[in-house]
Amino acid sequence: MQELSLNVLDVAQNSVKAGAALIEISLLVSTVDDRLTIVIKDDGCGMDKAQLDSVTDPFYTTRTTRKVGLGVSFFKLAAEITGGSFSITSEKGAGTTVTAAFVLSSIDRMPLGDMCGSIHSLVIFNQRIDFVYRYQVDENEFVLDTREIKDVLEGAPLDSTEVSAYIKDLLTENTAEVNGGKQI
Amino acid sequence: MKSIAELQAIKAKMQGQVGLREESSAATRVVVGMATCGIAAGARPVLQTIFDLVQEKGLKDVSVSQTGCIGLCQFEPIVEIYEPGKEKTTYIKVDAEKAKVIVDQHLVRGTPVQEYAIGSSSLA
Repeated sequence: MQELSLNVLDVAQNSVKAGAALIEISLLVSTVDDRLTIVIKDDGCGMDKAQLDSVTDPFYTTRTTRKVGLGVSFFKLAAEITGGSFSITSEKGAGTTVTAAFVLSSIDRMPLGDMCGSIHSLVIFNQRIDFVYRYQVDENEFVLDTREIKDVLEGAPLDSTEVSAYIKDLLTENTAEVNGGKQI
Repeated sequence: MKSIAELQAIKAKMQGQVGLREESSAATRVVVGMATCGIAAGARPVLQTIFDLVQEKGLKDVSVSQTGCIGLCQFEPIVEIYEPGKEKTTYIKVDAEKAKVIVDQHLVRGTPVQEYAIGSSSLA
């Protein structure tokens, strides 16, 4: 993985598979604290203690097609090599929260990459799930809440040409406004 | 900030159009592997490219979706195309450029792109 946005796309797939109805993704940048924090929170099936303990082990996976599960391990490593931190909390039946904190200025921090692309893919290809995406850079922020979009659409599909393009524009324009056009 | 108000106008415009695609009417399914292996190998731009082109070309009977690990991680990004009454085509090591060719040749013209498909590639 060469971009943090790909890690987000990957780790959020776990929330999709956990049967979440709502997935909240927050990306918080603080230049004052020199921190970039990514939180992925879902209300899916959650994990028990034993599963939670083994989830960052690369040789643990629930998949049946092969014996390694690298998604969460990659994300953890990406945060820790910057001098940041990683945590995952979960409750069986209630949901899971993954938090990764990165040292913003660390030379080992991966670039964020195409976060708009990741969020767009998640929203368009998982229409049954609601997403709240919060993007914050210091005192500026924007929030995309697909529940608001779905309220307006009243059942019309998100993957129609017009709506898909609207969501893409909404993400890119508001992202540029929040970060002042600076790549993070 | 771009606001939700613009969406109202888009929706009003869409309601005037007939024949919005419904999920069940899609005859051909395009599936992109989006597990860790696929994403790390570059599946996101492949999925985006195919989705955008299918929209752009107005291919109403084609649905685009994602799936987990197909089990051939070393050949990711993988794109599978299912058509009624035909054998499944599995494209391997797809990138955005190959995706454009696949949409043009396979989805628009109905001719699978043999050189990108797994059948003609060495599995060694």
